[in-house]
Amino acid sequence: MLQMRSSMSRFLAQTIGLLFWSAAAVWASEPKGSFPDGTNIFAPASTPAKSIFGLSLFVLAVTGAIFLVVFALLLYCVVKFRKRKNDDGREPPQVYGSNQVELAWTVIPVLIVVALFMATARVIADVQKAARPDNAIEVIAIGHQFWWEYRYPAFGVVTANELHVPVSDAHHPTPTFMKLLSADTDHSFWIPRLAGKTDLIPNHPNSMWIDPHETGIYLGQCAQYCGTQHAKMLLRVYVQSQDEFARWIQEQRQQATVGNAVSQGQRIFETTACINCHTVAGTVANGRFGPDLTHLMSRDTIAAGAAKNTPENLRQWILNPAAIKPGSLMPAMQLSDPELDALTTYLETLR
Amino acid sequence: MSALIAAEAAIFTIFVVAYLFYVGKSLSGPTPREVLSPPFFYTFCLLSSSLTIHFASRSLRRWNVRRFGAWWLLTITLGAIFLYGTASEWHRLIYRDGLTISTNLFGTTYYSLVGLHGFHVVVGLVCLSTVMVFTLFGAVKQEHAEQIDVLSLYWHFVDAVWIVVFTVVYVIGR
Amino acid sequence: MSTESIAWPTTTAASPSFVDHLHKWVTTVDHKRLGILYIVYALIFLVIGGVEATVMRIQLIRPHNNFVSPQVFNRMFTMHGTTMIFFVAMPILFGFANYLIPLMIGARDMAFPRLNAFGFWMTAFGGLLLYFSLIGANGLYGAGNAPDVGWFAYAPLTSQTFSVGHSTDFWTLALLVSGFGSISTAVNIVATVLCMRCPGMTLAKMPLFAWLNLVMAGLVILAVSPLTAAQIMLLLDRYLGAHFFDTQAGGSAVIWMHFFWIFGHPEVYVLVLPAFAFASEIIPVFSRKAIFGYPVMVGATVAIGFISMSVWAHHMFTVGMGANANTFFVLSTMAIAVPTGIKIFNWLATMWGGKIEFKTPMLFCIAFLFQFLIAGLTGVMMSAAPFDWQLGNSYFVVAHFHYVIVGGILFTLFAAFYYWFPKMSGKMYSEILGKLHFWLFLIGFHLTFDFMHVPGLLGMPRRIYTYEPGRGWDSWNLIVTIGVFFQAAGILVFLGNLLWSYYRGKDAGSDPWDAWTLEWSTNSPPPAYNFASIPVIKSRRPLWDLKHPDDPDWKYE
Repeated sequence: MLQMRSSMSRFLAQTIGLLFWSAAAVWASEPKGSFPDGTNIFAPASTPAKSIFGLSLFVLAVTGAIFLVVFALLLYCVVKFRKRKNDDGREPPQVYGSNQVELAWTVIPVLIVVALFMATARVIADVQKAARPDNAIEVIAIGHQFWWEYRYPAFGVVTANELHVPVSDAHHPTPTFMKLLSADTDHSFWIPRLAGKTDLIPNHPNSMWIDPHETGIYLGQCAQYCGTQHAKMLLRVYVQSQDEFARWIQEQRQQATVGNAVSQGQRIFETTACINCHTVAGTVANGRFGPDLTHLMSRDTIAAGAAKNTPENLRQWILNPAAIKPGSLMPAMQLSDPELDALTTYLETLR
Repeated sequence: MSALIAAEAAIFTIFVVAYLFYVGKSLSGPTPREVLSPPFFYTFCLLSSSLTIHFASRSLRRWNVRRFGAWWLLTITLGAIFLYGTASEWHRLIYRDGLTISTNLFGTTYYSLVGLHGFHVVVGLVCLSTVMVFTLFGAVKQEHAEQIDVLSLYWHFVDAVWIVVFTVVYVIGR
Repeated sequence: MSTESIAWPTTTAASPSFVDHLHKWVTTVDHKRLGILYIVYALIFLVIGGVEATVMRIQLIRPHNNFVSPQVFNRMFTMHGTTMIFFVAMPILFGFANYLIPLMIGARDMAFPRLNAFGFWMTAFGGLLLYFSLIGANGLYGAGNAPDVGWFAYAPLTSQTFSVGHSTDFWTLALLVSGFGSISTAVNIVATVLCMRCPGMTLAKMPLFAWLNLVMAGLVILAVSPLTAAQIMLLLDRYLGAHFFDTQAGGSAVIWMHFFWIFGHPEVYVLVLPAFAFASEIIPVFSRKAIFGYPVMVGATVAIGFISMSVWAHHMFTVGMGANANTFFVLSTMAIAVPTGIKIFNWLATMWGGKIEFKTPMLFCIAFLFQFLIAGLTGVMMSAAPFDWQLGNSYFVVAHFHYVIVGGILFTLFAAFYYWFPKMSGKMYSEILGKLHFWLFLIGFHLTFDFMHVPGLLGMPRRIYTYEPGRGWDSWNLIVTIGVFFQAAGILVFLGNLLWSYYRGKDAGSDPWDAWTLEWSTNSPPPAYNFASIPVIKSRRPLWDLKHPDDPDWKYE
């Protein structure tokens, strides 16, 4: 085992041990596919998460040290001052208190508190008072029961559930600043590797920012109980290179490709209740209660991550949402099999 | 009783906080300035009743049960007048101005705060009236002075709360 | 005059029938009986709450499990939290307070015996009202019966729009009713401790148990009332169309959070101060030393009471209160760690230089010290607001507060049970079963709650009925669930011990632990009048003075 020669090595050993432990926690378990660090708060990939990570190491070191000291004292007490078998039955000397000792163990904790507080106040300011640069991407995130709506006002893009942002280079940062609103109850946006969580509360706009340093897909989910399907209000953030992001924006701005003939599926979509809740840009469908479907096929998942975006799942979802996500607010559409097939085919054209 | 008053004070504090928080935030409907006029007369009645209950309590301590009964009755009357005042104000607000608890945030916070206070006045009057009945039957004597003092403390509390409510609703909130 | 000529009426007093027995218990105003009623009531709900927890843990044993539906799961965590806080922890602590305070201060009963009974029955009725919802209500979307809005019932989830039917109302009313019971009991405790101490017992000479419960009662008075106010506002919103929390009309969801946590945070100190009280009485006796630093312990308690009223928004760090507000609450929350830490040091100092006996109560207290230390430190971690932005609303928080409530409060409660059971029943419990309970429960507790921190660190939020595989949460959830069964076994051993010992235990005598406070000077169980004559005392440990007349405490205090 490691030998603790000085408090510095102990600090380092603790830190490393903790990192290893949490990393091991991730690696030691079941296969993770393409998200090796998943949702580990100790694997930050963006400045807010990194600031928090730095603070957390400091706090863990301090609390770890306190734990070791007090635990050692407890262990010592329990071993050294236990009643022996050959006890003479007399009471031990009664000590009622000591002002010096009390002072000592008041002053030292106060100093520790001051140190912790200063470090914390600094990080709060860093994250919450960060200035917004002009080239920041602006996103408005609106929480719904049980899906996420994203609007990019500068680009005129509306999408749902899968957020795309550009990667941010340390030298020329292009952070994404998000305004957080809610259409119904309280929600919370939490992608552990990118930032701490911030709540989405109706009538109480919040804001947060991220500047992911590496491309990839980052996972998270809603972190404030919002109703029956809170558990399946999942989050996916796609961090793309500047070029890919620009291309994605361009694609999202297009209206739905309108074919020469209105397909049977499109007719079903537009004459049943679908258009009351969903929007398909360029058609009569402009409902706002459910996710925008204009580019449905550009997403990897449906139902806010509850299922992969495959034709079978899509069909099942329309047939009976409660089979995938019981408690979801989308009603079963009571369509016949041929109608379902036609509708699914139509939706498959919404790239 | 002091502990109970502390608890009640905490409840009132939350309603006062809610009232102050929502001042000016109503999205529609009648505003305080439009419909509220400070009920000076009724306030004077309620606050005087603190004085009269004090005299009642003092009379009883000095063995003067008849005078106690008189001051006590006066206290109840003043309290009842205050309640009448609240009732008539509410009548006017509901029927003339169209302000109910569900109209807007002002309505919500106004009726709940004034209503909570009114409810405490009602409870107080019930207790005071019970003592009045006992007095008329001759069951209240000098040795009950301490218990009367405890009840008076409650009544003083109700009056003190009204001072706060009055200030918040009719002065600050307008 | 000869007695033979007078026919004395002979009546064989019939032994009390079951109905007589029941009547005596239902109409009692004796603080000891009411104490036992509170405790038994709480134990029943402890089992029910434990079943609710077990259901949840089985559902979470693996991802995408189907043991219960999401609706049922959501009801489970709501009921589990509400039951455990309001109908287990508070009643059981009030029960011990009720039983022990008059005995410890040399009084014959509480200041207001009838108010005492009123308080118990209100609490009891509140619990029944909450569970009546299973029969009488509908939940979110009319899809259920028990409330399913979480134990802190954030607005606007609780509005009529999102919570159709009556289940939320049952939650609201149950807490409103039991809140009146709690306030009544608290008023009683304050009056009793301030007015009914025996001659010679100044405030500076009363047992720490009485001090801690006094501050606890003060907190109840100041903290439960805001909850009462908020519940009234919620009912007005739901039924009279008020707009307190109606965000569509300009109302604020955040203000519910403020009002709730202004109650909620002092509430946890209401729960933990009596736990400290138990530790402060038990650790000295089994270390054979007086408590170290009595005046500082009192001061720390009062400080905790005051500061606890100013930390509430650390439950709201993610809500968007602004950097300045967040910073303030970081400071107040870290500040409260100081008096709390001081208490831990004082308990350690009490053990230092003593002769520690590892009887069951002491085992639980030692575990308490270890566990409360960890719980406090994870609390300090979360008091650093940015760290809380990651840890908050995740399983790290769930692990933290269970560490406090189960690892801290429940462990000292078990210690208290074993310590005062001989006094309350007159019988000794089985030490072997006691130790078995301790080890089973310790293992189960650590399996569950140590490892529960990890999913939180790996991003698992709370209140989810299932989770995605591939996030690294699976194995940890499995271990957490396994621990539940050890704890259940421990509880069964505990209940069995209580029952068996009550009927078959050895006679305990009045002072089986060679302790020093007044309750040990009377019989076990104490007679209805508590003391044959009201004691007159000179120091904090009256029985020490009697047992050591050459070396009494009052010479040194």
